[in-house]
Amino acid sequence: MTTLTLAKALNEGLRAAMDADSKVLVMGEDVGKLGGVFRVTDGLQKDFGEDRVIDTPLAESGIIGTAIGLALRGYRPVCEIQFDGFVFPAADQIITQLAKMPLRSLGKLKLPVVVRIPCGGGIGAVEHHSESPESYFTHTAGLRVVACSNPVDAYTMIQDAVRCDDPVVFFEPKRRYWDKADVEFGAPGLPLDQARVARPGDDVTLIAYGPMVKTCLEAAAAAEEDGRSVGVIDLRSLNPLDMPVVRDAVNRTGRCIVVHEAPVFNGLGGEIAARVTEQCFYRLEAPVLRVGGYSTPYPPSRLEDHYLPDLDRILEAVDRVFGY
Amino acid sequence: MTAPTTPPELVQLLTPEGERVEHPDYDIDLTAEEVRALYRDLVLVRRVDLEAVALQRQGELGLWASLLGQEAAQVGSGRAMTDADMAFPTYREHGVAWCRGVDPLHLLGLFRGVNHGGWDPYEHNFHLYTIVIGSQTLHAVGYAMGIQRDGAEAASLVYFGDGATSQGDVNEAFIWASVFNAPVVFFCQNNQWAISEPLEKQTKIPLYKRASGFGFPGIRVDGNDVFACLAVTRAALRNAREGNGPTLVEAFTYRMGAHTTSDDPTRYRVADELEAWKLKDPIERVKAYLFRSQLADQEFFDKIEAEAEQLGKDLRARCLALPDPQPTAMFDHVYVEPHALIDEEREQFTTYLSGFEGAQ
Repeated sequence: MTTLTLAKALNEGLRAAMDADSKVLVMGEDVGKLGGVFRVTDGLQKDFGEDRVIDTPLAESGIIGTAIGLALRGYRPVCEIQFDGFVFPAADQIITQLAKMPLRSLGKLKLPVVVRIPCGGGIGAVEHHSESPESYFTHTAGLRVVACSNPVDAYTMIQDAVRCDDPVVFFEPKRRYWDKADVEFGAPGLPLDQARVARPGDDVTLIAYGPMVKTCLEAAAAAEEDGRSVGVIDLRSLNPLDMPVVRDAVNRTGRCIVVHEAPVFNGLGGEIAARVTEQCFYRLEAPVLRVGGYSTPYPPSRLEDHYLPDLDRILEAVDRVFGY
Repeated sequence: MTAPTTPPELVQLLTPEGERVEHPDYDIDLTAEEVRALYRDLVLVRRVDLEAVALQRQGELGLWASLLGQEAAQVGSGRAMTDADMAFPTYREHGVAWCRGVDPLHLLGLFRGVNHGGWDPYEHNFHLYTIVIGSQTLHAVGYAMGIQRDGAEAASLVYFGDGATSQGDVNEAFIWASVFNAPVVFFCQNNQWAISEPLEKQTKIPLYKRASGFGFPGIRVDGNDVFACLAVTRAALRNAREGNGPTLVEAFTYRMGAHTTSDDPTRYRVADELEAWKLKDPIERVKAYLFRSQLADQEFFDKIEAEAEQLGKDLRARCLALPDPQPTAMFDHVYVEPHALIDEEREQFTTYLSGFEGAQ
């Protein structure tokens, strides 16, 4: 066991993936000497060389487009998009090419490309540095979308994402980069498309992913003091959703709240609420509630504490879900 | 608009009248058999295109993007590749597909809506058609970066049009190729029109001159001269394979037909322009050269004509016999690895279908 931050766990996971397969490449802006703006790729270029850890020109479409070409030649590129709000120049390559080429080729081509995106707010950043664009990608068939929430998962999930033969959009909760946990090198994790019961509970189920898992766990601990048993599911995989795990938990509690930083309107919470309603209809004691960002662009940082779901907003929803 | 005159900087080895001419930097030494083979390619490719247009008009294809007028650009560049080189086409590269040994039926299948491209890109080293304008230029550069890392003796050859040069992806591809010295040749078929928009809507300077700003050579070639297209592309590919980086080849040609079968060029261009370009036809000049040089006789031309007719006939029959895919085929290959949602929806859909009377 080694105590690692989430960023360092990703770093060690990438290192293990590159050690295991010489076709694995890392590419992006500032990923080389600098080690990425969050240091996730720190030291990789020094150890694996400039041919495998590629500082790219400053053009996101180019990063994904050339990664597709490298994948066609048999490589497994791991692309870093520097910040969530900068992924959009690459959206065309991700949506029209990366997601669709295996189908277009009737399965003759595979594109094992990982697109790493630091996501979410809470770090006092300027505009375009705090967004949660996951729904754009979960809505795109052909992509797998995952989000890690803690160092242990970060270490295994990034390796599993690299090994996956499908393109994977990999969200990293940037305000949790510095959270620490004990990580066991070489230990396998849950399969990439499985959710994790982060905390069992009998009265209400919170469903979250990425940065909100920790917030939900804190809310669950606080609720316990009030005598409520609150469970937390860490989805891990956003497309596909692991509905059996969600279903089991909600069938036990009869109450479900989805929490994410992204705006509630047309967010992933809507999809989960609809599926939970269909699949757990006779067990539900209350409608599925959603706690998330508002339908505004991400606000200036002095307002982000009001925008982001926090302990109190989640507990308020817990109170409401018992009001039915 | 007046008909474009032949620009002085254009590499030409065969005039529209079928005369072989010299160029200080490029030459080509072709046997009689090679010239006849190029002629055959040009004629057969045009015949495939003609049949496809007819099939679309008769409702058998949803759409077709005709290559009429661009045969020399495609056959010349297509025949310049080695087997190890990788081609990245747009949706109009039927002539290049032919050169790479792709069964034209696959092209018809795409435009008929049977699939999005049924050929194996690795079998032919001919990537799938890319419909989004310019996206494939980045794929070609990435592929070339892979070639570099493999230490292989190969290059990427990527096709795009004059309209595509305005796309961000194409400009990013130029930058990437230049900075990484990637073994890639950018083959721009400047056919003068991006649907209804003439070249002057895309550029204020000749397109090949764009390359210098990115730090690599650009060459303009007579795109209706199969010899020149072959010579220039061959040299550029060799240069790329030898580690000297990218080249932009601008094949100066003309889209004789509509953008696609859904387009009506009479709305935006004048008949005189078309007539002027007809005089520069890519096939007629080779025929004239073959005759003039006594490299082929009438019997040869008749034989090729008969072969073309048979090809068109066979292609038509095979196109009409193309079965529609099974309804559940849309769920296949969305992901390489098992995917719970796709599995669930496929099952739901199968159950739904089985509920109809007479369902199996």
